[in-house]
Amino acid sequence: MGANTDNGTITSKTGMARLLNIKTPDILKAKRIKRSHRHIRSEHFFRQLLIIMALLILVIVAGIALTLSVESVPSMKAMGISFLWGKMWNPVADIYGAYPFLLGTLLTSFLALIISIPFSFSIAIFLGEYYSKGWLSTLLKNTVELIAAVPSVIYGFWGLYVLVPIVRAFELKLGITPYGIGIFSASLILSIMVIPYAASMGREMIRMVPPPLKEGAYSLGATRYEVIRSIILPYTKSGMFAGILLSLGRALGETMAVTMIIGNTSLVPKNIFSPGNTMASVIANEFTEADKTVYLSALIELGLLLFLVTVVINMLGKRIIKRFTNE
Amino acid sequence: MSVHIKYRIGKSTAFKSIVIFFASVSILPLIAILFYIIREGVTKINWHFLTHVPKPVGEPGGGISNALLGSMMIVAIASVIAVPVGILCGIYLSEHKTGRLAYWSRLAVDILQGIPSIVIGIVVYFWLVKPLGGFSAFSGSIALAIMMLPILVRSTEETLKMLPQSLKEAALALGMPYHRVMLKVILPCGIGGILSGVMLSIARIAGETAPLLFTAFGNPFLETNIFKPMQSLPLLIFNYATSPYEDWHDLAWGASLVLLLWVLLLNVITKLTTRKWNIQL
Amino acid sequence: MKNVKRNVLQTANYLKLALITCLLFCSCQGNSGNQQNNTADANTLIGAGSTFDYPLFSKQFAEYHKTTGLKVNYQSIGSGGGILQLINKTVDFGASDAPLNEEQTHKAGAPVLHIPVTAGAVVLSYNLPGVTDTLKLSPGVLAGIFLGEIKKWNDPKLTTINPDVTLPDLDIVIVHRSDGSGTTNIFTTYLGKVSAEWGKKVGEGSSIYWPTGLGGKGNEGVAGLVKQIPGAIGYVELAYALPNNMAIAKVQNKAGNYIFPDIASVTAAANMQIPQDARISLTNTDAVDGYPISGLSWIIIYREQGYNKRSADKVAKLIKLTWWQIHEGQQYSAALFYAPLSQNAVAVGEQILRSATYDGKVIIK
Repeated sequence: MGANTDNGTITSKTGMARLLNIKTPDILKAKRIKRSHRHIRSEHFFRQLLIIMALLILVIVAGIALTLSVESVPSMKAMGISFLWGKMWNPVADIYGAYPFLLGTLLTSFLALIISIPFSFSIAIFLGEYYSKGWLSTLLKNTVELIAAVPSVIYGFWGLYVLVPIVRAFELKLGITPYGIGIFSASLILSIMVIPYAASMGREMIRMVPPPLKEGAYSLGATRYEVIRSIILPYTKSGMFAGILLSLGRALGETMAVTMIIGNTSLVPKNIFSPGNTMASVIANEFTEADKTVYLSALIELGLLLFLVTVVINMLGKRIIKRFTNE
Repeated sequence: MSVHIKYRIGKSTAFKSIVIFFASVSILPLIAILFYIIREGVTKINWHFLTHVPKPVGEPGGGISNALLGSMMIVAIASVIAVPVGILCGIYLSEHKTGRLAYWSRLAVDILQGIPSIVIGIVVYFWLVKPLGGFSAFSGSIALAIMMLPILVRSTEETLKMLPQSLKEAALALGMPYHRVMLKVILPCGIGGILSGVMLSIARIAGETAPLLFTAFGNPFLETNIFKPMQSLPLLIFNYATSPYEDWHDLAWGASLVLLLWVLLLNVITKLTTRKWNIQL
Repeated sequence: MKNVKRNVLQTANYLKLALITCLLFCSCQGNSGNQQNNTADANTLIGAGSTFDYPLFSKQFAEYHKTTGLKVNYQSIGSGGGILQLINKTVDFGASDAPLNEEQTHKAGAPVLHIPVTAGAVVLSYNLPGVTDTLKLSPGVLAGIFLGEIKKWNDPKLTTINPDVTLPDLDIVIVHRSDGSGTTNIFTTYLGKVSAEWGKKVGEGSSIYWPTGLGGKGNEGVAGLVKQIPGAIGYVELAYALPNNMAIAKVQNKAGNYIFPDIASVTAAANMQIPQDARISLTNTDAVDGYPISGLSWIIIYREQGYNKRSADKVAKLIKLTWWQIHEGQQYSAALFYAPLSQNAVAVGEQILRSATYDGKVIIK
């Protein structure tokens, strides 16, 4: 570029006729340079914009964490670290302990995972291995994705009027107090809601298994089942685990459906059929009527705790996915 | 030997039938839920229901027009805010697979996905409603926009990662500036996947009640000013389903069906657009 | 030509980017102008609070809208939420089933008026298969059941006060509200008054630490569980129980009579001497025919209305609306299973409304 401009200035000094000839391209060149500058500028701007957007997400999440921390200061001051393992949640006496809800949250989430795993893995294997193409697979795939789309309030209502009576009849047969609602019912509803997450993740993972591996096994005379057990499952192990963690993240934060059928008691649950409470359901139940500063801030501290639990679970999941993709 | 092979084949078949059994059982709840909602809601929906505001208890008729319009506006504004942010952030993440900012942003997106909706509602209340001294549909939109971001970012990132690197290189080699390569070449190529992300994120937020309780607030009248409180479908369902009166329960069932149909329709449209896109590619 | 086209494209790109950033910043900090927007519109009032009041208010405000054109947007976010929103000054008025407690009064910073607007009752609903007679409950037995001390339906304490009813050998399953609510507040206040043990062990409030039982979300959650579980007993609002044909128990009042909860007996309970600030609990009333587990519900507003640059016009409309609610508005109560205010309560309400001021000046009369 620099050479061109030099050339231009030299020619402009010699003779009128030449000057006329050269001048137009010169203006063009200047324009081009200007445009290049503009391109570079807008390119620069665009790159900056991308960075700003990536930062914005970070800022939003940090902001949420900050707001939650600031708002939960009164409760931290009042309860201290004993908030974490206090067994009593008593707004009247102004004593707040999150232990029953931590336990309730973990119980429902893990129970939901255990129930959902056979289903979600079956769907993943069905879609990834047995019927990876065709209308049947499209139908199943779309239906499973619809499960994730149904609003959670609707799951709650359906659970209360359809699922709970079934569980109650079951409990009558077992000879337990037939509450119907409780941690077990809540886990059942949750397990339905999280199926799509692990299923779609698992399906993707199964599809990523290199065909030569499978073909090799088949050519050695392995049956379908043997291929799935000794090739696909080992290959997708950590990916499947990441999918489970994804479901777990979803199950931990689920609010409305759980609130409607978990039984909502602040007592420490005795077994999986007894009523309980999760962190999210306590917030949803009591936030609107919290009439004391410490009470309100204890509820927000529960939100912060839930936030931190999600962070840890997600970090763990990312580690595993990363190891899987690196292998 | 042959017994052993028969045993192995039998085991394989048994496994296959177990897989098929579990896979088909898992769609039963969805069918049951659809059946239940349609049975309860279908008799309540008519033209009057869609075009009138709710009537107070004891008067027959009344509809959900305020909630329908409110829901659409809140969701539309949320999308206008979230879609550019989500897509640009997705571009950044797809372009920077490693790097500190990318790592933390990706983590932030994952965390955002896991935050319960009511917590987002509370936080937006502290950010917007309390300082400004009033509830507004706009603050509700912001809360929903934050909830949309993870799906948008994720779908954009995943879609763009799948496009061949040569596409970008070819465009750059022709001397196109970077931003035009991204906006005019790469984005249009991945538009199907991104669109499906947009639709999915809208479907996810359309049914959210908790973040709207303390932000959009609700409104018994038809409202079009986005800086005023506005009604929305999930809020209406939540309020009316918990009331003691039959008339309001009917409204709530009808509204549930409308909401469900809306969400399902969005999903179906997404499926169709993505399928079309796949064929074209 | 090509250049021009390129330039146009580029400008379009710039505009697009600018638009995006604008939207971004708008979302961060842009809408500071709305506040005036909100206050400028004087034909809309915003209220929030008690879920209990919501159906009555929606009827009253719809009727008021027909005659005056004033739009009142009332949202049932819960009594505690209503008080909090009033203190945060995001609403024009709040509504609550419980008066402000000490901490809230302190946080409010300025005097807050409580205007009694309607009365309701909490009823005991039960599910006993095969029992068709109305169950009778005495205060001691009621407290015993909810403390978890009376565990069976055929407990001698229950059978002695219900000699005509054959009670089954069933476990008592207690169902309470899981969400914080004014209903819980009225019920626990009553139990605290009649049972020293309840006051000592559990206490009173909108959300409490229940010694036993299941929680249902909202009235319909409690009602749904009571209907489903044999041997269950739970408390719901009168306005919920009456139209839903639930089995309701009679409760013994202070005078010793077993009273069936209905609009008449709740109005009777509310017919007592009401103090000047109207902050009174109707539970365990002295009235001979009064149902003992009743309570008032209040509209709460700041006494000094001239805050946040609110216009005099808007404030006058608010006061007029509340005045209408405690007078003409009462005619809609009975049809929705609310108890109309007694003459006494209306008189006190008028007195309180007259004390409201705008910039130090009295607003009405």
